[in-house]
Formats: sequence, C-alpha cells, structure tokens
Amino acid sequence: MLKTAWRYDHFMHLDKPLLLGLFSLSMIGLIVLYSAGGQNMDVVLGQASRMAMGFSVMFAIAQLHPHYIARWVPWIYTAGLILLVLVLVMGDISKGSQRWLNLGLFRFQPSEMMKLAVPMMVTWFLANRPLPPSPLRLIIAILIALIPMLLIAKQPDLGTALLVGSAGMFVIFFAGIPWKLIFGAGALLAGAAPVFWYLLHDYQRKRILVFLDPESEPLGAGYHIVQSKIAVGSGGFYGKGWLNGTQSHLEFLPESTTDFIFAVFNEEFGMLGVLLLLSIYVFILTRGMYIAMQAQGTFARLLSSSLVTTLFVYIFVNMGMVIGLLPVVGVPLPLISYGGTSLVTLMANFGLLMGIHTHRRLLSN
Amino acid sequence: MLACLVLIIAVIVARAVYLQVMYSDFLQGQGLARHLRTLPVMAHRGMLLDRHGETLAASTPVDSLWVNPVQFANLRPRWGELAQLLGMTLAEIESLLQGRMQREFVYIKRHLPPHLAKEIKALNLDGVFLQREYRRYYPAGEAAAHVVGFTNVDDQGIEGLELALEPYLAGKSGSKQVIQDRNGQIITEVGSVKMAQVGEDVRLSIDQHLQYIAHRELKAAVQQAQAKAGTAVLLDVHTGEVLAMVNQPGYNPNNKEERLPERYRNRAVTDVFEPGSTLKPFTIAAALESKQYHVKSTVDTSPGTLNLGKYQIRDSRNYGVIDLTTILQKSSNVGASKIALSLKPEVLWNMLTKVGFGAITGCGFPGEADGRLPHFLDWHTAEHATLSFGYGLNVTALQLARAYAIFGNEGRLPPVRFTLPSASETFARTLGTQVIQPQTAQQILSMLETVVQSGGTGTKAMLEGFNVAGKTGTVRKNSGGVYNENEYFALFAGIAPASQPRLVLVVIIEEPNTGAYYGGEVAAPVFAKIMQESLRLLNVPPDAPF
Repeated sequence: MLKTAWRYDHFMHLDKPLLLGLFSLSMIGLIVLYSAGGQNMDVVLGQASRMAMGFSVMFAIAQLHPHYIARWVPWIYTAGLILLVLVLVMGDISKGSQRWLNLGLFRFQPSEMMKLAVPMMVTWFLANRPLPPSPLRLIIAILIALIPMLLIAKQPDLGTALLVGSAGMFVIFFAGIPWKLIFGAGALLAGAAPVFWYLLHDYQRKRILVFLDPESEPLGAGYHIVQSKIAVGSGGFYGKGWLNGTQSHLEFLPESTTDFIFAVFNEEFGMLGVLLLLSIYVFILTRGMYIAMQAQGTFARLLSSSLVTTLFVYIFVNMGMVIGLLPVVGVPLPLISYGGTSLVTLMANFGLLMGIHTHRRLLSN
Repeated sequence: MLACLVLIIAVIVARAVYLQVMYSDFLQGQGLARHLRTLPVMAHRGMLLDRHGETLAASTPVDSLWVNPVQFANLRPRWGELAQLLGMTLAEIESLLQGRMQREFVYIKRHLPPHLAKEIKALNLDGVFLQREYRRYYPAGEAAAHVVGFTNVDDQGIEGLELALEPYLAGKSGSKQVIQDRNGQIITEVGSVKMAQVGEDVRLSIDQHLQYIAHRELKAAVQQAQAKAGTAVLLDVHTGEVLAMVNQPGYNPNNKEERLPERYRNRAVTDVFEPGSTLKPFTIAAALESKQYHVKSTVDTSPGTLNLGKYQIRDSRNYGVIDLTTILQKSSNVGASKIALSLKPEVLWNMLTKVGFGAITGCGFPGEADGRLPHFLDWHTAEHATLSFGYGLNVTALQLARAYAIFGNEGRLPPVRFTLPSASETFARTLGTQVIQPQTAQQILSMLETVVQSGGTGTKAMLEGFNVAGKTGTVRKNSGGVYNENEYFALFAGIAPASQPRLVLVVIIEEPNTGAYYGGEVAAPVFAKIMQESLRLLNVPPDAPF
C-alpha cells in the first residue's frame, strides 16, 4: 500500500513525552515566579503569555521537515551575523552592555538567535560532506562558530558568547574528530588562559576571582554568590514552603526572578523540590538523547545531538552557578527563569527536536 | 555522553545535599542574621519637677535623620531637595558620608523639628530614614539652668542634677525583634524582646517661683553693679532643702551655643571664696559655747587696731569697749580677733568644722567644692586671728547658707538636699546634727537682728513686716595669694523671720564695679528683695507687723 509507506508516530508533529515535560516545567516556573516576583500577578501573566508564544513557535517549527530547514540555515546564520554587527553599532545599552536591538515593536537580542543559528550552520556545513571532516573543513567549521562568538563577547556578554561557541563546538565534537585534536585543543586553551585573562573585562575578572573566594567581598562582587548560597542552604530538606522564602522576599537575593530563580526554588521547596525538578530535567534530556539516537540523516542526528547537549549545558551552568559550583554567568534556567527571548529560543530548540523526531520515515511493517 | 550526564547530576545532587542537609543550619542562621534584627527601643527620660510638680526638664519626641550611605549615594540628583530642607550645603552632606560608605547607618542631622521631619518623610527618598529620639526641653530656661544642668544629644545627663540624678531619670532602653529587608525597611515587628523602662520623674526641692524671684533679683543686681558674677542660695532653715539657687552669668539651657563652662558652672557649689565678716557669728558662737564669754561680756577694741607681729588688724574706727552684740553689729575685726585669740585654737576650729566648712555638704551635686579650712595645729597667731573674721579659709555659698541655718534651727546643722524625700524617707528624716546649744543659737540670732537695725552694717536688708537676722561681709578678693585693691566680694547672709525662722539666704556679688562694694550696700538690698518676695509667696505670717 503506497499510502501506508509513510507513517508518522505523532500527533500534529508534537512529541508527547517532551510536551509533558515542558508543560510541567512551565507550570513550576510560573508558580515559583509568583513567589519570587513579589506575588505580582501581572508578572506571572506576562510570563504565561510569553510561554504561550514560545509553545506556538515550537509548534510551528515542529511542522517543518529537517530538509526544509537545512535549506534556510545559511540565510538565517548570515542574517544573525548582520544583526550582531548592527547591535554593536546601534544597539540599546542595558546594564552596561550593548545587547539589544530596538525593532520599534519590541526589543530583540540577536545573540539569542545565534544560540540556534550557530549549531545549525555548523551542522549544515559539516553534513554536506562525509564525516569525519577534513582538516580544512574543520577549521572553517570552527570559524563559523568563533566569529559570532567573538562578536557577542564584544558586547560584552561572555556567558552567551561561551554558550554560542560551545554549541558550535558540540556539533564539531559529534561530527567526529580525533581525540588527539581534542586534547591538543584543551592543552592550547589552558596555555592561552593568561592571554584570555588579559582580554577579559575588569568585571569579568572580578567575577572569577570572587567565585574562588566569595566571602572576600560579601557586600561587593561576592554578594550574589553569598546570598544565593544562603538561600539554597536555608531551604534545608523540606524547604520553607511556597511564598515563605525570606532571602528573595526581603530583597537580599539579587536577580531572584531571572538568573537566580533556582535559589528561590531551593529556599522554598528544599532538597525534595530540587530532586523533583532535576528528575523532570533528566526526563526531558533523556528523551532528547533518544530522539538524537533515532534521528535519520547526518544533519538531523548532528543537530539534535548538539541541541540536547546545549540544553544540558544551560541547565547545569545555571544550577551550578546558583549553588556556588560555577562562576556567575548570565544563563537563565530553562523554562523557569523570567524572560522572553531566551524562552523563545529554547522552545524553537524543542520545536527542532520534535520536528526531527516526527518527520522520520518509518518502515511500514 | 550518558556517563557525563550522570556524573554532573551526581555532582549537583551532592552539592545540594551538602548545602541543604549538612550545612543548612549554618546557612539558615546566616539567612536569619540578614533579615532578623534586634533594634533598641528608646526609653523616655524622666522629668525633673519642682517641689510643686512644675516641669523643670522634660523630654519630647523628635526625629533624627539618618541614611544608608550606599542607597543614599544613588540618589545624588535629589540631594538638593533634602539639603534645602535641612539648610545644609551639598558639600556638608558629602563630608558626612566621606569615609563612611562601608557603614549602614550615618546620621545626617539630629533632632529635627516635627514639621521638618514630616516634609522629609514626604520626599519619600530611598535609604533616608527617620529615627525616633528624645530631646530635652527646659521650660524654666535660664532661671533654673545652673541647678538643673543639661543632657547631651543622646539624652544623657552631663551637667547639674541631670547628671547627679541620671540613675533615676534615665530610662532603660528595651529591644524588639523586627524583620528588615535589604534596604533596612522594617517589614514586620516580630515582637518585643525587652520592654523599655521609662525613667522616673524626680521632684526637686526647688520652688520654681522662688527660683524665678532669686534669678530676677540677682540678675538685676549684677547688671546694676556691673559685677563679674553673683550667687544666691535660699534654703529651708529646718530641712536644709534647697528652695532656690541661682547664679550669674547664666545661660539658656535650650540653646547649645550658650553652654560655656563660664556660664553654666553652678558657682554656688563649685566656687569658693573667703567668707570675711559673715564668719564672725561662728566666732561669737564658739566664744559663748566655750563658757569663757556670755551675752553681756565686753571686749576692749581700742585703739581700733591690733598688731600681731608684722600684721595689723584694723576696724573702721575705734569702737572702744563693746559687747558681743556690738562686735557683730559694727563688724569689729579687732573684737573678733581678741575673742578668738583668748580661745584655744581647737575651739574655733571645732566650731568651723562642725558647721561644715572644709568638707563637702554631701548634697550630691556634681563638682561640689569642699573649700579649705587649715587644721588648727598649722595655725600661727595671725591666722588664728584672721580666721575669726573670715580670712584664711575658703567656703562655698552653699556651705555658708547651711552653716547659717543652725542659728534658725535651734543649733542643728540640717543636711542639704536638692530632692524631696520619698514617702518612706519622711519618717526617718534626720533633723540635723546638734552643733551648738539651742540657747546659743537663739542668742546669736538676736545679736544678728541688730545688724539689720539702725546702727548696724546691714540696714538695707530690712524687710517690711518681718524681722531679719543677718550679717554683712565685704571681702577683698584674693587672687594668687595677693589681696587686690579694688576687687571685692560683697556678701550678705541672713535668716528670716528672725522670731520664727523659715528661710536662710546667702547673696554674693563678685567684683561690683560701680563704686559701692560693701556687702551692706550691694548684697543686702538683693537679700531684702528676694527674702521679702519669698516670704510673701510662702504665706509666712509677718512677725513685725508695724
């Protein structure tokens, strides 16, 4: 039967397990936001509408066939590069760095777009030819990731730059490169560390120094880390209960609705809450890995692997920062932190994953 | 890949266990330390009242302005509004914050008037706070200033009775626990840890009306005589309670600018002087008590001088053979000296010591001087003689007033006090130590009455309707061991009504500068004015109606 030669294991190209995980995360996110945002219903409703937009974007992208997407990748990437340059030339300045582009209707962060555009572009470039790539192609692939990364670092937004860069590197890693090269690059990076140190902005250097010893400046640069650790620790095993966190409600904890919302979550829901949240994330990640393994075609497999890895990095960089394992970098906690642009990027990420999964060609019988 | 995921999750969970289970008590404590604060609750300071309950010192609530420097620094564009309200310059505010940016509490201005505090509150500036404090007001102003003293900006007594009575007046501040946010804003009060204990009100023995009269008359006299200073001390003859105590120059205790030691010193207890002729009644008392003399005894004072080695003691003129009464009435130095020299040195010394010279009165006033009375073993003949008319020793006005009280109190020396006795104290109230026979006291009193009658040196202390017993004194001022030619203390000490004593008053005018300098000329009229008015106000029945 010709008609049954294609079969799609899905409803409207949506992946039900992923959808379930994302939906529960969004709910938890709104509940925590209500508490962290000073019980302001407007904040929660605003975020809910952004989530609705995010889910719509995800739904729309999931309808697209990976092949179709692949055709558009170079254009998206080029547009992203142009926008990044525009930001440096005429962007809005917010909190001391130039990240925003004012489009009249809304403000837009091109660097967010590059979080997806870069791994897609690297994938597109590498998937064109058999793997593993030749040394020349490897160098070009690295440049594809490096150029936007440097533009973003110039804004300066070191956190996003590293995330964008690493997203590209994951693709290269999955494309298969000799271990010798990986270790060589690692050694080179370590050797170049002093040079990077020299290139860093003062505030960035300070963040790293303070990360190593936050109590050295409890009222200054170490403030975030100390307050965050207190919030996490004072939650204890069972937490203080929803709306009962003192660190955030009394404004000791900075950025309590965005980058440090996980600290609020820790304080109010304690270790039990953390274990629940972690298991939802792990569920989503394992589903993502399953999708990557099932993916058909080099482009789809490479892209999905790197997307899952990027997601993984987001989650654990944010958590690591909040609990004092990593330095303070501006990375939001996926689906929990308040904020629009990063949410849309993230949902587009899941849209791609779903699209890759639901457009597989299944053998009939 | 999967192994990597598992490893990282394990690290996160381990860290969570470390922070939330093993380390959680410490971090919970840290959290509490950040928002749970124990704040002091200021206690109201007790009032100082006069003997009739009139207010002499009271604390009223005021607001002090303080800022959280870091927050305040962010408000720099609005400093102008605040500076204008406070009448300060931006540079002044700047200098207050200089070097204090690490603190969380810096006073900008203390004790704001209520309307100003209200306007500042209306500005609604972040990091700018008002703190409730208390400011002391002295309704009696200059009149009672020397006795009452004053408090510092923290409402602690630092002068006068405000200092002496600090343990009673000062409240015990309590504390309360509050939850504060990061900006120091109080979110809720958890509860009271310790109740603030309001300070006690203390009733003084001072009578505000008498105090006003004494102040008014002394000030007028000092101004009129262009004198350097003046003091008046009015005591209850029987109880030793201080009814009025005034000094010049004075100051307004409500105005900090006027708080200069020269002006706020309570000279009546802190300054000493040679009592001069006002001491003679004690010499006569010693003579009578010794039984070597009696009321009718006479002394030959001719030729009006007495040579003792290189010293010569002089009277104004040659009085010839006179009795003890006349020695007092005419204030004969020769007579007093001859009597003293006929007594053993310890007899005179004992008398002067018993009436309280050379030792503090024990009234508890801060900075009280004890004066100086040389021991009789150190006396030379000249000293023995000059002490009899009040040279060679130092006393305070308060000591002198109390010593005079014995003549009106049947020979008993009353304790001096500034406060009214409490109910339990009344019963055990000491009547004072018997220092001379009641009969002697009565005899001296009668002799002192002649001083104020025609022929005496103190006729200007005469009162309408009341008999006065008193003694003048005109003392050359001794500075650095030298007796100056033109600097005098004009003194008058006296008791009224003489037939039924109630009050004892000492008036001192230091360095009168308009020609007249005799105690009878300068101090006696002041005595008369204060005493006349005081007796009238106290409703004392006249003992000499015609």
